[in-house]
Amino acid sequence: MWRPFFEQYHLIIVQDGDPSKKIRVPDGFDYQLYNRNDVNRILGPKASCISFKDSACRCFGYLVSKKKYIFTIDDDCFVAKDPSGKEINALEQHIKNLLTPSTTHFFNTLYDPYREGADFVRGYPFSLREGAPTAVSHGLWLNIPDYDAPTQLVKPLERNTRYVDAVMTVPKGTLFPMCGMNLAFDRELIGPAMYFGLMGDGQPIGRYDDMWAGWCMKVICDHLGLGVKTGLPYIWHSKASSPFVNLKKEYKGIFWQEKAIPFFQSVSLPKECSSVEKCYLALAGEVKSKLGEVDPYFIKLADAMVTWIEAWNMVNSPGEKPAMTSLPNATSKK
Amino acid sequence: RTLRAGKLTERVLKLFIATGKDEVFSLIQALNIQVTVTPVLPTRALRPDLTSFMNEWRTIFSRFHLIIVKDPDLKEELKIPEGFNLDVYKKPDIDRVVGTSTSTIFSGYSCRYFGYLVSRKKYIISVDDDCYPAKDNKGILVDAVAQHITNLTTPATPFFFNTLYDPFTEGADFVRGYPFSLRSGVQCALSCGLWLNLADYDAPTQALKPEERNSRYVDAVLTVPARTLMPISGINIAFNREVIGPALLPSLRLGGEGKFRWETMEDIWSGMCVKVVCDHLGHGVKTGMPYVWRNDRGDAIASLRKEWEGVKLMEEVVPFFQSVRLSREAKTTEDCVAEVANVVKEQLGSKDPMFARAAKAMVDWVKLWKSVGSSTSSPGA
Repeated sequence: MWRPFFEQYHLIIVQDGDPSKKIRVPDGFDYQLYNRNDVNRILGPKASCISFKDSACRCFGYLVSKKKYIFTIDDDCFVAKDPSGKEINALEQHIKNLLTPSTTHFFNTLYDPYREGADFVRGYPFSLREGAPTAVSHGLWLNIPDYDAPTQLVKPLERNTRYVDAVMTVPKGTLFPMCGMNLAFDRELIGPAMYFGLMGDGQPIGRYDDMWAGWCMKVICDHLGLGVKTGLPYIWHSKASSPFVNLKKEYKGIFWQEKAIPFFQSVSLPKECSSVEKCYLALAGEVKSKLGEVDPYFIKLADAMVTWIEAWNMVNSPGEKPAMTSLPNATSKK
Repeated sequence: RTLRAGKLTERVLKLFIATGKDEVFSLIQALNIQVTVTPVLPTRALRPDLTSFMNEWRTIFSRFHLIIVKDPDLKEELKIPEGFNLDVYKKPDIDRVVGTSTSTIFSGYSCRYFGYLVSRKKYIISVDDDCYPAKDNKGILVDAVAQHITNLTTPATPFFFNTLYDPFTEGADFVRGYPFSLRSGVQCALSCGLWLNLADYDAPTQALKPEERNSRYVDAVLTVPARTLMPISGINIAFNREVIGPALLPSLRLGGEGKFRWETMEDIWSGMCVKVVCDHLGHGVKTGMPYVWRNDRGDAIASLRKEWEGVKLMEEVVPFFQSVRLSREAKTTEDCVAEVANVVKEQLGSKDPMFARAAKAMVDWVKLWKSVGSSTSSPGA
């Protein structure tokens, strides 16, 4: 279904779970497929930071990609239609969002002023109209909304039918729940901050991978003067996962987020942290010292955050011999 | 029967009123049932003839108490159609209530603040008189009053951004990752609506794109996060007078302030104060729906000359308000406003006499609110 929108782009597929299973990819796509064996081979002992049996493993794809812009989408998300019935080109909208500035310092009441048919409203200072570079574009979902397990249990039939025709900047200093279902970002600007954490097999928590990445990412974006947009494009989310399974995965997260949110809201990074990697390492230190008291999981997570940056630098440092880096399991060129 | 059963709540009363039946209205009047909800205050701008404005809004406004404040500078008589429950305040009334020297603060668009001062209702909705009801994407007329009331009577969520916008709207909720402890939200003190057709652009922007009209109906209400400031336009707003009344104030007056919105900044200044006060006291501010249809009026290029002053000012005003921090002792809206006035005087007063005057106006306003805002007054006419 996504073929007309994805065909001209390079795909990275990260295969989770049993590496001996064969994934069938239809013909005509330019892709690289990585399974767990590839992850282990490329990262060696640092592969420990990549989750197993959880969608968090997708961040391995971010690590090995050589592209500037990354778009990630869940496999139960399809092309949506706008109110006029036209199919939405989600990728195109994400690119538009990323290529136009964000308005982080002052809220524009007519939402994204760079969109066709909109502009800055009266009272918006001209000196702030250049905006900030956009690092992340957070899309939304029609049909099955991204609710947590308790909400799903209480409202199993609720569907999101409201098409809100807006893109807006999440203001500086404001945190939000970043969903990984329909997400795009500028890898050059913010890549190393998009670590999706330790989830799934052997971990006490699941379904918080994107949340964790979102909170870390936003703190760093605010520190470095980068912008985050949310709103369009919509995709069609077709499958509601079992709320009972979700509840088991999220359970600890529901308690821990009460501690994590105030932590992220109050954390401040040293002025010397001028790169994403430095920010991320400083953040990892804060996580270890401040959230480590909440649960030892956070100490493990903080260590994994450091491992992630080491892995990122290892794979992406200049002058790396091609043989050492991403040699995928299967490649198919058009 | 409902009354005797003790089940006449505001919501039930609204349902009765919505039937439009005469017997219901006369019963309400006979029993003197007070709907504490809404006075609507059109700000009068240019024309004395309010006939088309009132008639366009009739189905929405007619059930409420209206306050019409006539710009003291306007010489002609107002033309107001029949069939409304309203109070009209003209210059002599304003003079009587606040004194002839003070009444000058209510000239131009600022006349609306007089209405806020004398109203005794809990919720106030204020609409410029060049705005008509808008139609939504389905072609249905938008009841701006009802939407504002919904915004003000459901909680706001300023401490964490919900990506599905207002979680209290039908068909929406808090998304995964939203902390449960923040889901009860806080009281919404201000509801900022938007405009179709002629958007609230400044003169340079509109002059650059003379044909541009806002045709995008964004079906959302959202809370403006805490500590995030924005330009709060006075064209289409509503607020909880009991909670935030004194913070909407006539204070900043441009030297060349004119009779078009392009030539004013009074509402933007007032809005910054309101947001800072709300952030400090923990109240919410919502933005988005309802939309009104704003009619074409004026010439942006002609206004460019006057507007430049306001546009330049914002370069100072925004960073200033972003840096204001109120003390822990400021626990009431009046105290907060007084503190802001002080900081304005100290930090901006020396930069431009306009700011010094604004600071004094704020202090005077708090005094005025304390004396007039609590006693009753009725128009002489």
